[in-house]
Amino acid sequence: MAGLAAAFGSGAMTNPIEDLEKGEVILITGSNTTENHPVLSSYIKRAVTFKGAKLIVVDPRKIPIASFATFWLRQNLGTDVAWLNGMMHVIIQENLYDEDYVTSRTVGLEDLKRAVEKYTPEHVEGITGIPKEELIGAARLYAGAESASILYAMGITQHITGVDNVKSLANLAMLCGNVGVSGGGVNPLRGQNNVQGACDMGALPDVYTGYQKVNDVSVRERMAKAWQVETLSDKTGLKATEMMEKAHEGELKAMYIIGENPMLSDPDLNHAKECFKNLEFLVVQDIFLTETAELADVVLPSASFAEKEGTFTNTERKVQRVRKGIEPPGEAKDDWKIICELSGNMGYTMDYENSQAVMEEIAEVTPSYCGINYERLKTEGLHWPCTGTDHPGTPCLHMDEFTCGLGVFHAIEFRPPAEVPDDEYPLYLTTGRLLYHYHCGSMTMKSPGLNELAPECFVEMSSKDATEYKIGHGDRVKIASRRGEIEAKVEVSEKAVDGTVFIPFHYAGAAANALTNGALDPTAKIPEYKVCAVRIQKN
Amino acid sequence: MDSENIIVIDGQEFTFTQEETILQVAQRNGFDIPTLCFLKGAIPTGACRICVVEVEGATNLVASCSTAATPGMVVKTETQRVVRDRRTNIELLLASGFHNCLVQDLDMDSWTDFQLKSMEPKEHQGLCPAYGNCVLQDLAVRYQVKLSHFAPAETKYPIENVNPFIVRDFSRCVLCGRCVQACNEIQVNNVITFDLKGAESKIITKGDRTLKDSNCVFCGECVQACPVGALVPKDDFLEGQTPEEENRVRTTCTYCGVGCQLYLHVKENRVTKVTGVEDVGPNYGKLCVKGRFGYDFINHPARLKTPLIRENGELREASWDEALKVVSDKFSGIKGDVGPDAIGVLSSARITNEENYLAQKFTRGVIGTNSIDHCARL
Repeated sequence: MAGLAAAFGSGAMTNPIEDLEKGEVILITGSNTTENHPVLSSYIKRAVTFKGAKLIVVDPRKIPIASFATFWLRQNLGTDVAWLNGMMHVIIQENLYDEDYVTSRTVGLEDLKRAVEKYTPEHVEGITGIPKEELIGAARLYAGAESASILYAMGITQHITGVDNVKSLANLAMLCGNVGVSGGGVNPLRGQNNVQGACDMGALPDVYTGYQKVNDVSVRERMAKAWQVETLSDKTGLKATEMMEKAHEGELKAMYIIGENPMLSDPDLNHAKECFKNLEFLVVQDIFLTETAELADVVLPSASFAEKEGTFTNTERKVQRVRKGIEPPGEAKDDWKIICELSGNMGYTMDYENSQAVMEEIAEVTPSYCGINYERLKTEGLHWPCTGTDHPGTPCLHMDEFTCGLGVFHAIEFRPPAEVPDDEYPLYLTTGRLLYHYHCGSMTMKSPGLNELAPECFVEMSSKDATEYKIGHGDRVKIASRRGEIEAKVEVSEKAVDGTVFIPFHYAGAAANALTNGALDPTAKIPEYKVCAVRIQKN
Repeated sequence: MDSENIIVIDGQEFTFTQEETILQVAQRNGFDIPTLCFLKGAIPTGACRICVVEVEGATNLVASCSTAATPGMVVKTETQRVVRDRRTNIELLLASGFHNCLVQDLDMDSWTDFQLKSMEPKEHQGLCPAYGNCVLQDLAVRYQVKLSHFAPAETKYPIENVNPFIVRDFSRCVLCGRCVQACNEIQVNNVITFDLKGAESKIITKGDRTLKDSNCVFCGECVQACPVGALVPKDDFLEGQTPEEENRVRTTCTYCGVGCQLYLHVKENRVTKVTGVEDVGPNYGKLCVKGRFGYDFINHPARLKTPLIRENGELREASWDEALKVVSDKFSGIKGDVGPDAIGVLSSARITNEENYLAQKFTRGVIGTNSIDHCARL
C-alpha cells in the first residue's frame, strides 16, 4: 500500500470490481485470480469472452487465468521492476504514452525516462527471461487501449522490492493515462475479507482511522478529545514483523493477538516460535485453538462472522454489513465486547450498546467514513471516501485529480531478490494459496469436502526438473532451505516453470513458511515470501 | 415522450430503451410473466417457452425473454391462449422426469406405478430436496397443471453423488440449460454443456466425466441456477428439506477480499446452507467453492467455547472474569513497570471494522502505545 500511496496519495484499489468489464485491456500480475479471488475472476473472464477485452498475464506459473490471455509473459521470480521498466521503455521509445495526461496530472516524467532508458527489451530479456517480442507486444497492447486496468496481489508485494514493484505499476498506469478512468486503474486485490477495513480503522502503527497520522499533533489532539484521554503517543509503533524482532530481543514483553495465526503465516516459522517463547505474556483471541493460541498464556474464545453484527470493507473500498445468523458456541463472545471488558478492567470505560454505536463513533472521528451509517448500508454497501450522509460514496478514485494533487512518477532501479539459487540450494521456491483452502486453513480444513478436494501439501514442479532430480509424480520428497525443512508429495505439473517449485502455505504439517525467507522490504516490512532458494531430495 | 419507443402491455403504454426485451420492460413495470430457463446476465434462449406472450399481428406466441421490444408492439401477457400454451409446456416438463410432488391427479394405476418407480433410487425415499423451492412446482401450482396427459418418462441416467458438494439427479433435469449458462456465461468456468441426442439428451462435462473428474471448480453456480431438484447441495440431499424451519440472514462472506453478499440459511442455530444474494454487487449471486460450501467451521466441535489459562504448562478452562483479570493485571503491570511500548497488539483482517476500531482505541488510548498492526502483509 505504501507504493500506491506514494504515487497517488491513497493506497487502495482505485476502481470498483464492476469496472473490469468496461476496460479494453486488463493486465494481471502476481495474482492467481481464479483461485484466490474466484468471483472477481469471473468479471475478467466475461470481459475477455463476451466484451472483447484483451488480457495480459505476467506470472511465472501457468495459472488458470493465463488460458484467457493474449500475452502470457513468464518472468523469472523477483524481476518485476525489470519487465515493467522494459514495457515503459518501449512505450516511451515508440511515443505511445498519453502526453496530455502526463503533462496535466503528473510530475517526474523526466526522472522516469532517464531511469527506464537502459531497460531495452534485450536487456530486460536477459534479466527476466521474457522474449523481447512478447514484451514489446504486451507494451503496445497496454498502451494502445482507451482504458486499461492493472490487477495485482501478493505476487507483487511479497518481495524485498514490493514497494518498488507497486510504484512501477503506478508509473506504467500513469504513463498511459489510465488512472482516474472508468475501466482503468491500479487495483491491489486484498486477500482477506477485511484487510482493507483493518487498515482503514487504524490497525496500523502509524495512523488512526482513515489514515490520519499519529505524528500529526492536530489529529492527535482531536482523537484525545474524542476519546477523552489526556495524551496519546506520538511515536510510531512497531509493525508486526518488527514486534517479532523486539520480542526476540526481549524489548517487547507482551502481545495481544486477535484473530491471527502468525505461527503459520509468518516467514521462517522456527524463528517466529522463538520470538513467542521469549515473550513474558501472550494473549490470543480466536475462534479455534490455532498454532499460535497453543503457545498462549491466556486464550479468549470469540464469535465467528456468522455470529456477529458489524461491517467489513472489501477490496474495492466498499463498506458492507455483517449480520448475525446464529448464537456463538458456549461462552464465546464478540471480539468487540471482549475488548470493551478488558478496557473496563484497566480503568477505561468503553460503553457501547451495540456495533452500530461503534460505527457512529467511527463516522465522527473519520472523515472518509463520516457519511456511513447502518441505515444507509441496509441494502447495499458504500465505497469510501463518503464524506457526508448525503454523499453517494466514491467507487472510482482520482477522477479529476489525485488524492495528493499531481501523480508522482518514481524512478526505480531493478534489484535482484535477497536469496537466489546456488549450488547448495539450486531451485527457486515460491508460495501461494489454493482454490480449496484459505490462509492458515483453520476454517477451510474443518470442511471434509474441501479436504477431500485438496487433502495435503504438495510441491509443484516442472517435468524437466522432475526428470533432472529423478523424481516422479506422487513421490514424497524433502524440501529444505537455509531455515528449515519440510516433507511433501510431488506434483509434476505444467503450471510450474523450470527451475522454480511452488508450495501452498496452508498446511501446518508441512508449512511452506518453515522455508521462506524473512528478508523484508525496507519500507513496507513485507517479507519476501515469493522468492527463496531450496533443495529437493527424494525420501 | 418519444412516441416511437412505446409498447403496450395488457392495455398500458410503456417506454423502452434499445435492446430491451418484452420481458425486461414487463418486469420493470411490475408484470409477473413466469420464466423458467431465463437466467439474468446470460443471453436468453427462449428454450422452455414458459414466458410466452401474445403479440398482436404475430401468428405464433413469442418467448418474451428473447424477443426485443419494438415500437408500437401490442403485448398480452395472460390470455387464454397464453395460459393454455404455458400449461402444455409445464405438463411436458413435468412428464420429462421423476417430478412426483404433484401426481395426485394421475389415475390410480399410473399413480402407483409412477410413484414406485420414481422412489426406486435409494436417494429418492424422502421428499425431493427442491420441494417448496422449485420453479417447476410453483408453475404447476400457479397454472393448476396435472400430470394426466403425458406418461412420465423413464430415467436414463443414474444419480451422480461422488463429489463432496453437488448431487446431480438427472431424473429431475428438465434440460432448461440454466446450469450450462451459469457455468459458461456467468462464471465462465466452461465445464458443462448440452449433449443433445433427442430423448437421450443430457448435461455433460467434457468427455461426460463426473464433476469430480472434470475441471469443475465447485463454485456451485449451477446449483444456484437450477430451477428444479436436478442439482442440489449434498447437505440438502442428505438431510432432506424442511423449508418451514429455515431462516435466512444476509451477510458478507468471510473469506477473500471480494466481499460477496450471501445468505446464511439457518436451522436450529446451525448454518446449513449458503446462497448468493442476486441483484446486488459485487457478486450478483455468484460465490466460490469456499464461500458457498466452506461453512463447516462455524458449527465445528473444535470451536473454542471457554477462556483458557496456562497453569503448570497446560491450558485449563477458566471463567471470563478470571481470564480477563489475568490479562488486565498483566498488561497493567507491564505498562507500569516497563512502559506501554513493551506491549504489542495484532488486530485482525478477519474481524469487523467496529472491532478493529476498538482494538486500536484500546491499544492507543488505554495501553498507550501505537504498536498495533495486523497481517495485511502476510
